[in-house]
Amino acid sequence: MLFRHQLKTAFTGLKTNKSRSVLTILGIVIGITAIILIMSLGQGAQKLILSQVEGLGSNTIAIIPGREPKGPSDFANIFLDSLKERDLEILKSKSNLPYARDIMPVVFGPARLSYGSETYQSTVFGGGSAEQENLIARMFDLETETGEFFGASDVQSKSSVAIIGSKVKKELFGNFSALGEKVKIGNHSFRVVGTLPSKGQVSFFNFDEMVIVPYTTAGQYILGRKHFDRIIVTAEDETKIDQTVRDITSALRQSHNITDPSKDDFFVETQADLAERLGTITSVLTAFLTAVASISLFVGGIGIMNIMLVSVTERTREIGLRKAVGATMKDILTQFLLESIILTLVGGVIGIIAGTTLSFVLSLILSAQLGNAWEFTFPVQAAVLGLVVSASVGLVFGIYPARIASKKSPIEALRYE
Amino acid sequence: MSFLTVQNISKRYENEGVVTSALGSISFSVRKGEFIAVMGPSGSGKSTLLHILGLLDDASSGRYEFDGIEVASYTENEKAEIRNKKIGFVFQSFNLLPKTSVYENVRLPLLYSSIPQTEWGKKTKDAISAVDLSDRIFHESSQLSGGEKQRVAIARALVTGPEVIFADEPTGNLDSVSGKTIMKILRDLNEKKGHTILLITHETYTAEHAERIIRLKDGNLKSDIKVTRRFRAEEFIK
Repeated sequence: MLFRHQLKTAFTGLKTNKSRSVLTILGIVIGITAIILIMSLGQGAQKLILSQVEGLGSNTIAIIPGREPKGPSDFANIFLDSLKERDLEILKSKSNLPYARDIMPVVFGPARLSYGSETYQSTVFGGGSAEQENLIARMFDLETETGEFFGASDVQSKSSVAIIGSKVKKELFGNFSALGEKVKIGNHSFRVVGTLPSKGQVSFFNFDEMVIVPYTTAGQYILGRKHFDRIIVTAEDETKIDQTVRDITSALRQSHNITDPSKDDFFVETQADLAERLGTITSVLTAFLTAVASISLFVGGIGIMNIMLVSVTERTREIGLRKAVGATMKDILTQFLLESIILTLVGGVIGIIAGTTLSFVLSLILSAQLGNAWEFTFPVQAAVLGLVVSASVGLVFGIYPARIASKKSPIEALRYE
Repeated sequence: MSFLTVQNISKRYENEGVVTSALGSISFSVRKGEFIAVMGPSGSGKSTLLHILGLLDDASSGRYEFDGIEVASYTENEKAEIRNKKIGFVFQSFNLLPKTSVYENVRLPLLYSSIPQTEWGKKTKDAISAVDLSDRIFHESSQLSGGEKQRVAIARALVTGPEVIFADEPTGNLDSVSGKTIMKILRDLNEKKGHTILLITHETYTAEHAERIIRLKDGNLKSDIKVTRRFRAEEFIK
């Protein structure tokens, strides 16, 4: 029997039971929709993260205290206080880091802000440089809306000056001017010297909700510690990144008396490293969610098998007749197998369309929320995968009912009432 | 030379260890172009015999030659091919495909045949016109009367140009007028086109269209006699 006619026969079989066919493929539709949605959103998240990382400037290198996490179980971070003022001085030496342009220590931690009766739970960001002006502004591409950034002299003298993010300003001051006002951070009083415009997320820091102070002041009066949470170094240009990373590593190892690299109490992360690590996290998450969604495909497949078995029983006489007029076992097997594959493939196509539409709508919502940072991508891989998987579900779960159909004896089948 | 030959054919069914005998030991032969009626009360093994002769079922023992070749030597696929090419079936309950047109129902055996597709249309239309249903060609089978349905079934049996037609109580579900039409068609096929016909019936007046009547009882051959006063074809035109 020609394949074209096999296909037509299968289609006719499905058409005679339209509503049942539609209900049967729902499981497949839902499964494929979920997979497409998850994979598309996963890709979008990955792109977003990459663009955020790039927002920090690709020449940026972060030195992070503690041992580098090697796997998901490396939660217990030790040596968190390994980066000290002495390390900063060593790194600042041109002979140690010949290709570094800027170096800035960063401290951060939670802090409670108050102004009059208003309070706001914020994050304090301590940065700046005792030698260079406008280092924070340059590194994070920030500008003040009112007032100005504190200068190097403020860092040297541990001035109690603060620049507040747009949300902090709104919470504490409403529509009134904040410049020159005194706010309390913890128990220490700070003078507001600048406010930031609303910028949203800038490379993982939401400056809208932060208060920026000199790192010296933050360390002494707010956080009460002398070690840094990061030292951020920018290389002169991209070609010098690797060299600078090596320079940093050897300088710090020497300073910390470390000979065995596995005993490092710090790690150096470039933007490329960061992008890769975050990419891995989203990939793992996407894979996990996809696996969960596949359960629905499995359940859908069982539904298909169930309905095909019912259909085979119902059409016992038809099978008998077809055999009587010359259909071979293979003809009958192919007919029922094609029916289930067509069912799942149609379900797959509907799922791909639904999943793509949903993820497109979601990406519109997300980009409205995140300020155009979210980009919709048609998940080509996921669509191809969806088609292959749905056809395989039809094949795998259709083969048992189809075999039962093909093995029916023609007389038993014709006698069946 | 005989076309169908059965020698000591028997059929036993085993169901949960209980053996029931459907056919004892039957022998007879059928010439090409013969019109034979098989009669007997229900349970006498008529249908079982027809299924074995039609290659739908295997005998438990004995020898059956179809067109000179022993059937036991055929594989399932070969039997399917013979059913397609050389045998046409007409059943009491029509067995048409639901929600399918007359045309498609009649064409069905061609889908499984080796006849080139270019000839399908003509063969199908010819078979439909042979049972005088050309005006109903694109009607759905469910829109037809019982007699018309059985004519569709006959057209379907004819479409591949088989040598023998097995009809299992073809008039059993029909009123007498429709029944007569069906018998006239079968008679014409036998007399004008030379098809061998094996008809199962329990009505004597239907059986008397045949040249020979084989009677079965309890799975055994009771009699095998030539019809002396055969119904003349003209008689039912009245």
